[in-house]
Amino acid sequence: MTIQEIESQIVDEFTALDDWLDKYDLILDMGKSLPPIDPKYKTDQFIISGCQSKVWLHAEYRDGKVYFTADSDAIITKGIVSMLVSVLSGQTPDAIQSADLNFINRIGLNEHLSPTRSNGLASMVKQMKLYAMVFKMKS
Amino acid sequence: MSFDIQQVRADFPILSQAIYKRPLIYFDNAATTQKPLQVINAISDYYLHDNCNIHRGVHYLSVKATEAFEEARKEVREFINAPSTHEVIFTKGASESLNLVAASFGKKFLKEGDEVITTIMEHHSNFVPWQIICGEKGAVLRVANILPNGELDQEHLYSLITDRTKIIALTHVSNVLGTINPIKDIIAFAHGKGIPVVVDGAQGVSHIKVDVTDLDCDFYCFSGHKMYGPMGIGVLYGKEKWLEELPPYQSGGEMVKDVTIEKTTYNELPFKFEAGTPNVEGVMGLRAAVQYLKNLGMEEIHAYEDKLLKHAVERLSAIRDMRFFGTALLKASLVSFLIGDIHPFDAGTIIDKMGIAVRTGHHCAQPLIDHFGIPGTVRASFAFYNTIEEIDKLTDAVSRVKTMFS
Repeated sequence: MTIQEIESQIVDEFTALDDWLDKYDLILDMGKSLPPIDPKYKTDQFIISGCQSKVWLHAEYRDGKVYFTADSDAIITKGIVSMLVSVLSGQTPDAIQSADLNFINRIGLNEHLSPTRSNGLASMVKQMKLYAMVFKMKS
Repeated sequence: MSFDIQQVRADFPILSQAIYKRPLIYFDNAATTQKPLQVINAISDYYLHDNCNIHRGVHYLSVKATEAFEEARKEVREFINAPSTHEVIFTKGASESLNLVAASFGKKFLKEGDEVITTIMEHHSNFVPWQIICGEKGAVLRVANILPNGELDQEHLYSLITDRTKIIALTHVSNVLGTINPIKDIIAFAHGKGIPVVVDGAQGVSHIKVDVTDLDCDFYCFSGHKMYGPMGIGVLYGKEKWLEELPPYQSGGEMVKDVTIEKTTYNELPFKFEAGTPNVEGVMGLRAAVQYLKNLGMEEIHAYEDKLLKHAVERLSAIRDMRFFGTALLKASLVSFLIGDIHPFDAGTIIDKMGIAVRTGHHCAQPLIDHFGIPGTVRASFAFYNTIEEIDKLTDAVSRVKTMFS
């Protein structure tokens, strides 16, 4: 699926829900479906430091596509990390670099991606795009 | 309680709004308090009628603004019972006051091998400035521990005192634990050894009647915005003998007496430490805040907030797996907690969606949070405009968080 198609799928799931707290229940469920990161990457080298919650991110490049695995010590953060991974993992560096990720905005979670939110997610998106750029330059 | 809570709340229009379609409950008072109309009006009145640079002109407005500014200094002096008006220095806030003391005291009195004592429960504002000046001077920063209930380990503090100890820097009230430190005893002990004490009063002045003469502290620092006044204004109280000895912190206009190409002589106190055009609107707002607190009465405020605290502890303790940080006998009206192993960021995000503003994270006190080995806490800090009903809603929100994440 393309980035846009996966984004639309997520947006549909969220727009079906009215209540904020139900949306957060869905985010928690999404966190549970995040494929586990190899423990050897859960080190300071792979950490994206926000002020409050930690995010670990690892990327590898296979057959022209970037594959991400990640984790967080906060469950809401993990849920949003899971969405970002499901949207961007398995895509080409070009697609990742040009993704505007406006689904976050469409489901009303843009506050979580704001650099002022201090949860590391804004830096995570930056880091994912940086990985894509580096893999593209190397190949 | 001798004040009418509904009348008090009417003075704070910001509290009557809805967020996420729920009535706002503001429990982040230790970060900043809301401002009553009296403070907001004092600031706008100043700009509407009196704005002028002070201490300079001979014209009508300048004289009027200068008089109001100096009148405010007198009211602040009275509020903390400082011996004299020129011992009250206006600063940007508690952080600047503490930076001033650390920089000026350190410059004059700290030498290689000297020691400064602080505590592990300090806000970064009373920790980092000392770390920096000690680093510059080759002095050693000693850090006093806390007891498991969040009280200061006084014995440990005293055991750190040596003949190289030059100053003790400690907080009146911990912004994370709420602990009210027995600063009067500590100051008396330190003075017995000839050591001055600087007190971070940022969390003290809004909750407790502060009497710097009775405490006998050498310096007392606080911010306007944590005591219902505006942001960007604060106070440094210092004993005259120290302020006379310390070198100026910043230079510029106002703080000089005579400037020639060869030499500058400094102005007298308090102006020696007030370089540049001061924050006059801030001082006008602070004055109104002081008057507001005086009208309510600090004893009444303390008694009411204590009632809120007891109710919060009682209700929240009934929830299983609650972990409280800071259960000192003498405590200001805040609770710092974790719900089992739920990350404070997760808890805070959901509590926010229930319309309740709490603070999560390390609260600018990383050494303390590291001491507990936790990612941070959720902190609900109360003010006299909060109600028992609001605390009940916090309890409901915490229960909801617990259900969601377990």
